[in-house]
Amino acid sequence: MATTPTPATSVWQQRGRATLLALAAPLAALAVAMVIASIVLVASGSSPLTSIRTLWSFGTELETLVATINRATPFYLSGIAAAIGFRMNLFNIGVEGQYVLAAFLAAAAGAAIDLPPVLHVTVIIGVAMLAGALWAGLAGLLKAYRGVHEVISTIMLNAIAVSLVVSFLLQRWQTDSDGVNIQLDNIEPSGRMPNINWLLELFTRDVDEGVELGGFVLLAVVVGVGYHLLLNRTRLGFDLRATGANAEAAEVSGVDPRRTIVVSMLIGGAVAGLVGLPQLLGIDHTYGLQFTQGLGFAGIAVALLGRNHPAGVAVAAFIFGWLDASALALDAQDVAPSEVVTIIKGVIILAAVVAYAVVERRRRSDEAARAAIATDAPPADPDSTSSPELAGAGS
Amino acid sequence: MTALLDRASDGPAEDDAATAATPPGRGFLRWPLLVLVGVLLLALTQQFATPETDQLTSSGTWKTALAWSVPVMLAGLGGIFAERAGIVNIGLEGMMILGTWFGAMGATLWGSWWGLAFAAVGGAIGGLLHAVATVSFGVDHIISGVAINLIAPGVTRYMADIHFTDRGGSISKSGRVERVDRLDAWLLAGGMDGPDVLGNLEDREWFFVSDLAGVLRGFVVDLSWMTLLAFALVPLSVWLLWRTRFGLRLRSCGEHPVAADSLGVNVYRYKFIGVVISGALAGLAGGYLVIELTGNYQGGQTNGRGFIGLATVIFGNWQPAGAAAGSLLFGFAETLQLRDRAAAHGLLLLAALALGVLTLWMLWRGKHRVAAAVGAASAGFALWYAFTDNVPKQLPQVLPYLVVLIVLFFLTQRLRMPAAVGEPYRRGQQ
Repeated sequence: MATTPTPATSVWQQRGRATLLALAAPLAALAVAMVIASIVLVASGSSPLTSIRTLWSFGTELETLVATINRATPFYLSGIAAAIGFRMNLFNIGVEGQYVLAAFLAAAAGAAIDLPPVLHVTVIIGVAMLAGALWAGLAGLLKAYRGVHEVISTIMLNAIAVSLVVSFLLQRWQTDSDGVNIQLDNIEPSGRMPNINWLLELFTRDVDEGVELGGFVLLAVVVGVGYHLLLNRTRLGFDLRATGANAEAAEVSGVDPRRTIVVSMLIGGAVAGLVGLPQLLGIDHTYGLQFTQGLGFAGIAVALLGRNHPAGVAVAAFIFGWLDASALALDAQDVAPSEVVTIIKGVIILAAVVAYAVVERRRRSDEAARAAIATDAPPADPDSTSSPELAGAGS
Repeated sequence: MTALLDRASDGPAEDDAATAATPPGRGFLRWPLLVLVGVLLLALTQQFATPETDQLTSSGTWKTALAWSVPVMLAGLGGIFAERAGIVNIGLEGMMILGTWFGAMGATLWGSWWGLAFAAVGGAIGGLLHAVATVSFGVDHIISGVAINLIAPGVTRYMADIHFTDRGGSISKSGRVERVDRLDAWLLAGGMDGPDVLGNLEDREWFFVSDLAGVLRGFVVDLSWMTLLAFALVPLSVWLLWRTRFGLRLRSCGEHPVAADSLGVNVYRYKFIGVVISGALAGLAGGYLVIELTGNYQGGQTNGRGFIGLATVIFGNWQPAGAAAGSLLFGFAETLQLRDRAAAHGLLLLAALALGVLTLWMLWRGKHRVAAAVGAASAGFALWYAFTDNVPKQLPQVLPYLVVLIVLFFLTQRLRMPAAVGEPYRRGQQ
């Protein structure tokens, strides 16, 4: 696998090659997804070309783009929540349970209190973050002090959270039951998130009536910047990345693994607590049986696709949001079953993780070759230098 | 439940190095003994619990529990085959979902047994995908599994739309499929017009004897051939993994692939085989769910059972019998939730009793701190039981997850997983 050592190259050439490799993976994944989706479409008797054209023409309308951002916001928050743990090879599969529980408790708290506008929203956000952090923190403690694998504990905690909320507490605390809608009280208008169409319309034409750009996208931007700063400007971020790259080396150099595990779970859980809020404070204003589930698992996909990088996750969330938003046109115009979009998403994910793994190996062998030239020694085993290669370990 | 707590606390984890080499079930007396203790606790609970219930040890309850435990058990077996070969298979859920579609497709077109066969094929395709990603390309196991879990529902929904919509179903469900034939055990449960010994005993209402008869009868009355087949896979897996050359090689890939390779084992091939078998078993679980339990394909019907199967792998210490016992716990809980609210309140007493027994056990073994913790939990359940006369109907649903968490809390450090599970392996590199 080790490539033949190339003649000494400049730093810029190396950088260029590294960037090329980094871009190659997602592009290859996208291409594979398109090919497979086309095969699926042809096999089921639809035209891939018409489908793509429909997706494109509907998907580039301003209203669809607004819908895309609205759908991408929770994906992004959920992706970042998962990415924080992934960065240190901590597989927080529990975003699902964390956000459902957090959204429910936030809805209950928000309906129970009545505060001035900005304060009300702040309190609701605080409750959600606290609930998510505590629920995730349980898994962190179990991992740090009892060695319980986080994948299993978060799966259990997901199941407990969802049945606790969806079937137990919701039925206890419901107020608005006409037999169909089981839901809590509405949150007063002071506790709702206003849309930010005005901000959008500074740059574009007026959007159609009824189309609203949710205000939470701004919070998502804040979270993304915060995540970037956390990773690159704080001790904790350094510890996270060090642990992700090589757990033993990090521990030897003074990283407290227990503390890092618990703190990163707490932070991830706090971000997970935000995932349900765009829907809660922007659209529904209450928690009911019809509240969206599955955003946590989508977030894992988004984090994987975006390589746990703040900008990468944003791109991935946008792609997922766009596919969801524009898929509606496929059904509406009777071009193809819109479910083909879920296949595209799945194939993108699988193709992307395979491509990342291949590229990562390639990058290491490059590195080994360069090191061999620099030290005038035969190339070493490219994989021997680091711990298990995982998504978070890259660049 | 008690049986499980006891079993796990006294599990084969003690002999660390020996576990991998020796077959499970060291001391064949242990299992019957634990069953007796478990039934005794159930009988005691039933005797004293208010409101009254006669469901905890009835053959009807255990018959249903057995059926509902099969998908979890099969998924657990699947998890064991993969993990014994060194590959974490968190994609069991997705493979089970593939099994539901393939199973319903085969069953509606050619009959139930064909459905089951197709379900295995569907799951195996998922397993193959996982094997290619993890073994050939070195993708992290959990990432690949999560990706498969994301793909499977989308693919099945798409295929359901295409296939079932014109055949008496819709995008979210298929037409009805037939269950397979049933049998009653001869002599024990009135099969072949013979006597129904256990049934007679169960009707006598003798303390403990009737309870034991009821529980046992649940396993032999009105038994589906598919259930029988599924449970036959447990000893078969034990035999295959611990008594054959194939099994030894497969397990060596999960313990120390480099050493296995140096002795001439084709590690890649065994990992592939392990993961494909794993997928096929998960697919069977999906097929069973469709054919025997719900009677048709329904979107989202697996409802996390693949994940539960994965939990039973760990709970059962990577042993088929342990996973089967763990799946019975989930089946029992699911059944109580379906059948009897009153019995659910009795569960609190059962939990108190079971934890009480565990406390004594821990005291006897001189583990005073653990005994104190377990004793406190026992008292907590007893108080909860004493001061209420009803429990939320979701309790049976949540209880197994709680029990798994509690068991892992106490025993994670004593469980022994295959040494190299989850680690990437590339030939010629260590």
